[in-house]
Amino acid sequence: MARLKFLCDADRCIECNACVTACKNEHEVPWGINRRRVVTLNDGKPGERSVSMACMHCTDAPCASVCPVSCFYTTADAVVLHNKDLCIGCGYCFYACPFGAPQYPKTSNFGSRGKMDKCTYCAGGPEEDGSQAELDKYGRNRLAEGKLPLCAEMCSTKALLAGDSDIIAQIYKERVAKRGYGSGAWGWQVAYKETIAI
Amino acid sequence: MTSMLSKWLRTGLFALVFGLFSLSAPAFAQGSVNPTAQSVKETQLFQALKPGEALAGRVSIPNKAAGNLIQPGRDWRAYNQETLPKIGAIAILGVIALLVVFYLVRGKIRIDAGPSTMKILRFGAIDRFVHWLTALSFLMLAITGANVTFGKKILAPILGPEGFAAWASFAKLIHNYVGFAFMVGVALTFIIWVKDNMPSAVDAKWFAAAGGLLSKGSHPPARRFNGGQKIVFWSVVIGGVLMSISGWHLLFPTAEGISEAQFHATLHGTVAFLMTALIIGHIYIGSVGMEGAFDAMGSGEVDLNWAKEHHSLWVKEEQERKSGSRISGAAQPAE
Repeated sequence: MARLKFLCDADRCIECNACVTACKNEHEVPWGINRRRVVTLNDGKPGERSVSMACMHCTDAPCASVCPVSCFYTTADAVVLHNKDLCIGCGYCFYACPFGAPQYPKTSNFGSRGKMDKCTYCAGGPEEDGSQAELDKYGRNRLAEGKLPLCAEMCSTKALLAGDSDIIAQIYKERVAKRGYGSGAWGWQVAYKETIAI
Repeated sequence: MTSMLSKWLRTGLFALVFGLFSLSAPAFAQGSVNPTAQSVKETQLFQALKPGEALAGRVSIPNKAAGNLIQPGRDWRAYNQETLPKIGAIAILGVIALLVVFYLVRGKIRIDAGPSTMKILRFGAIDRFVHWLTALSFLMLAITGANVTFGKKILAPILGPEGFAAWASFAKLIHNYVGFAFMVGVALTFIIWVKDNMPSAVDAKWFAAAGGLLSKGSHPPARRFNGGQKIVFWSVVIGGVLMSISGWHLLFPTAEGISEAQFHATLHGTVAFLMTALIIGHIYIGSVGMEGAFDAMGSGEVDLNWAKEHHSLWVKEEQERKSGSRISGAAQPAE
C-alpha cells in the first residue's frame, strides 16, 4: 500500500488559489469552511513564498489521539479520515492540529459548532464508496475512482503534488537538483517527523 | 624611485579595489531580492520563531486565523492524553482512598453531646437555593466534563462507538448550557457568603487543632464558617472564576489562536479535577462523614448541640442577636 502525502513546492506556487476553489467546488463545502488554503509567507518582501496547506494526514495524528470519542481512523493508504456520525464537534482536534485543518460549520443557536470537517484527501468517509450519503457528509471520493485529489491534479504550475510519498519526494528532489534551490517540504517534519533532504 | 613606484602601485590598487567594490555593490543588493535564485526555507523560518509562535503569513480568505501555516503545540497532546488523565485519576482516587481510610479510622463524626431537642436555623431558603444551584450544576459539569477525559477509556467499551458518541454528544450539550447556571451559582455564592468567609485568627486556631477532625471531643471554636469551609468557599470562588473564563474561551475555540485555546483547555481540565477532588471531600463531610451536618443544607435547621460543637461562636452570636427567638423546639418560652 502506498503512503499518500501532499507536497507543496513553494518555489512553484503562484498563489492562484485554484486548489482552494477546486476543493470547495468538488466537495460542495459550505461557506466559511476551508479545507485547503494558500498562505503567503514574507508577503511583499524578498523571498516571498506561498504554500498551499490542508490536512497533512499526519503519521500518528494528534487529532486522532485527543479526540474524546475516537472518531478518527487511518486508511490503508495512510489517509486520516473521520466519522461524522461519531463526531461531537467539541473542538479538541483543532487544539491539537499543527496545521489548523479542522473546520467547524456554525449550525445551531449561539453560533455553536457542528461536526468537524476537514480535507479527506478526496477519499470520502466511512460511508459506502461513491454513495449519496458519503457525498453529502464528506464530499467526492475520487480515490475510490482511481483519481488523485483534485487540488493537486489541477494545480496550474504543478506546485502541489499528491501521491505516494516516495514518488512525490523523488519528483521534488529532481526539481531541486535541476534548478539549484528549494524551500523544503512544508510541514513534513511536523507531520511525519521526516523531511526530504535537499 | 622605488618608493615612488610603490606609492603609485598602492594608489592604483586602491582604485582597483574601490572600483570593484562599487561595481559589485548593486549586484549584491540585487542578489538578495532575486526571486528565483533564493528561497525562504521552512527550517530557517522555524529557527527565527520564538517558542509558541506560529509560522504565519497572509491569506486572501476572510478567516485571518487561517494565515497560521504551521502552529506549535504538539506538547498539548501529551498533556491531554497522558498528564491530565494522571492528574484526574490521582486526585479523585486519592481523595476517595483518603476518605475511606479516614472513615475506617475515625468513623462517622457523632454529636458528642448527643442530639438535642432544639434546632437552630443555619441556612435560609436563599442560602440553600444558591448552594444547590451551584452544587447540582457542578455535579452535572463534573460528570460530563470527566467524560471527555475518561469516557473513551471507561464508557466507550461498554456502550460501543455509536452509543458512546450519542451520550458524549448529549453530555457536551449539557456541559455547554449548564455551565451558565454554574457561573450564576458561583457569583451568588460569592455575594451572599463572602462576608462570613474572611480569614481570621479564629481560623488559625481551628487549623492548629486540625479542625477537631482527628480526635474525638475536640471542637475548636468557629464562627459561621470554620477554616475548612473557608477553604472550600475560596476554592469554589477562585476555581469557579478560572473555570468560567477558560470555559467561555472553549466555547469558541476557533475564535483565537491555537496556543490560547490550548492554554484554556489545560487550565480548564486541571482546575476541574482539583475542584472535583475537593468537592468529593466536601460531599463526604456534609453527608455520611458527620452526623447532623446535612441538615444545614437539607432543611436548613441544624441540631443545637451540633451547632454548639462545630460553630460555637456563631451560635453565641445568633442567640445574642435574636435573643433565642429563632430557636425552635419542644420548650417554647411562654409569652
